Amino acid sequence: MDATSHTFSANARTALADVKLQRALDRLAEGFPARRRDAVARLPEFDALRDAAVAIKDHTILNLDRYLERFEAKVLEAGGRVHWCRDAAEARATILSICTRAKAKSVTKGKTMVGEEIAINDHLAANGLDVVETDLGEYIIQLRGEPPSHIIAPAIHLSKDQVADTFRKAHGTLPPARPLTESRALLEEARTVLRSRFLGADVGITGANFLIAETGSTVTVTNEGNAELTMTLPRVHIVLASIEKVVPTLEDAATMLRVLARSATGQDVSVYTSFATGPRRPGDLDGPEEFNVVLLDNGRSAMLEGELREMLRCIRCGACLNHCPVYAAVGGHAYGWVYSGPMGAVLTPALIGLDPAKHLPEASTLCGRCEEVCPMRIPIPKMLRHWRERSWQRGPSATRSRFGLAVWAFVAARPRLYRWATGAVAALLARLATRGRFAWLPFASAWTGTRDFPAPEGRGFVASWNRGERR
Amino acid sequence: MAETSPDVALFATCLVDAFRPSVGFAAAKLVEESGSRVVVPEAQTCCGQPAYNSGDRATATKIAKQVVDTFAPFAAVVVPSGSCAGMIKQHYPALLADDPAYAAKAKALAAKTHELLAYLVDVRKMTRCAARCSRTATYHDSCSGLRELGVKAQPRTLLKSVDGLALIEAPNAETCCGFGGTFCVKYPEVSTRIVDAKITDAIATGADLVLGGDLGCLMTIAGRLSRQGSTVEVRHVAEVLAGLDDRPAIGVAKTPPQG
Ligand code: SF4
Repeated sequence: MDATSHTFSANARTALADVKLQRALDRLAEGFPARRRDAVARLPEFDALRDAAVAIKDHTILNLDRYLERFEAKVLEAGGRVHWCRDAAEARATILSICTRAKAKSVTKGKTMVGEEIAINDHLAANGLDVVETDLGEYIIQLRGEPPSHIIAPAIHLSKDQVADTFRKAHGTLPPARPLTESRALLEEARTVLRSRFLGADVGITGANFLIAETGSTVTVTNEGNAELTMTLPRVHIVLASIEKVVPTLEDAATMLRVLARSATGQDVSVYTSFATGPRRPGDLDGPEEFNVVLLDNGRSAMLEGELREMLRCIRCGACLNHCPVYAAVGGHAYGWVYSGPMGAVLTPALIGLDPAKHLPEASTLCGRCEEVCPMRIPIPKMLRHWRERSWQRGPSATRSRFGLAVWAFVAARPRLYRWATGAVAALLARLATRGRFAWLPFASAWTGTRDFPAPEGRGFVASWNRGERR
Repeated sequence: MAETSPDVALFATCLVDAFRPSVGFAAAKLVEESGSRVVVPEAQTCCGQPAYNSGDRATATKIAKQVVDTFAPFAAVVVPSGSCAGMIKQHYPALLADDPAYAAKAKALAAKTHELLAYLVDVRKMTRCAARCSRTATYHDSCSGLRELGVKAQPRTLLKSVDGLALIEAPNAETCCGFGGTFCVKYPEVSTRIVDAKITDAIATGADLVLGGDLGCLMTIAGRLSRQGSTVEVRHVAEVLAGLDDRPAIGVAKTPPQG
């Protein structure tokens, strides 16, 4: 997809004016955080589990090459293939060539954020393949031609009415008067439509939550069971995963799964957890004839060294989005690319470049709630500051605020000047304010547009105290 | 270098110094009530957060050194702001880690610096205040104080001892108010949506007074409340605890306009 991160402010204004979106965001803010809180409360050892998960990932990232090679060896042993792809273009070409070799016409897809990252749907469609998303949320946004607005709940920005409208338009052969007010009815309708697609698909593409080096297995969690049908029914299964998804052992994967579901949806465990290891073996009841893993780097190996390394621990649980005040205000689309919220604000500049994404690290209050809830204890505010430093070094954006900051820095470094200047301004403003506040102030319209500006009391504290005043 | 003074140095913070001296006086009074003597070093300005959070590390470092030097002589430093105390305690040591002349000094300053409420309750073991305040209040947990310094129970411990005060918890007391330093002017619409949620949550408790420990947040909340025509008042928690809440609340005129 084309990124619109560079117009974050405008995107945000549009989002704030979108009544339906705002209602959806309110629902999200009421739902996810409370469910996570309850799930965490039910498991006293949750924090210890987080520490264990962090240790697993840190160890894996330090030895990433070794574990990826072991993973590949095990996949080969099980009869599958691993395709190493440096960037999005290579991954797209690899997937297309697998499809072409299999003489595929129809492709089903499970939810994969890496698939969004490389825009695989558009590429396959442009090459004549018929691609259908099988995750309900992904299916809805595919019909609407929208990107996901949340990494685990891609259609969270929509109301039931909007989904019903979308279905009525897309499923033209069904009776127009059918009732579509209940979630259940929407789900049933999607299932019915998708059933024939599952059966007719030549290739199934899924993502992976984890790759297990010890066994060569890929692990996928869903709540709908769609990924299972996507990986077992077609002749060819392609797993699309980025390199940091690998963990050493099956037991490590189990630890990760325990923190993932609780952090993501507040479930103790997701409804479906599927392990795929190689193609169908003689005697297996089902499974694909061909098993491919497309391993994507796309900038991750560059994060191994340096300030962003801890971001490679991310397990895409979405907790940071669910607890972010900025995400709760504007939703995912405002961020303008595939990943949104706090994790998106860290990742997007790394993946599409800082210039087009420079707003995202700025558009944070640095409140720290993301780091507090992140199961992988990723220091997101620190990383956002890192990006801000990089932006600052690159120079003259937002010249006015730079100038303001330079004046402030000059004065703040000179205590006597500072005392005099702040005292004078405080006294002046206090005299001008008739009601204890300003509804408008020159140079402060960005504040006073929506908020009154409280007036100073009129004297500087430090100077007053040292003159002997005591209250 | 000057000898260590047994006195507590109050770092008022730039916002308190310029906008709300009442908070400085209240903080000083509380520190004195806790049994320490207060000094207010004349050379203090700002902690450097505006530069630090804008990515201007060079300026932030320069100001951090100035703060380190200014407060080096004192036994303890008390700050009536979670975010400025957090800056000194959590960020100065990292900022100055590679400077051989300042790394150790920054660590020492971090160790002896305390957010006001944490100082009173955790260090001085204060459990009650002599104040009276017949209001219904709710407390907003400022992000840095809460998450960087663990300030949560301390203000509540003292507020519960205030005669006449009813303290009602807002469900989202720990959610950000939308201030975020320069964020509030860089993305004013987003900031406003966030503070609106905060205000709705706070007002739903039935409180007529919103308290907190960080002036940046309080000015945001007060400025938005008054723009909406609300009469709910906003104060720094120290004002109530020190009994200095007889003067106008944040953003309220000294003598209310007639009519
Ligand atoms: S950054 Fe942390 S909270 Fe956010 S998606 Fe990744 S693991 Fe989850």
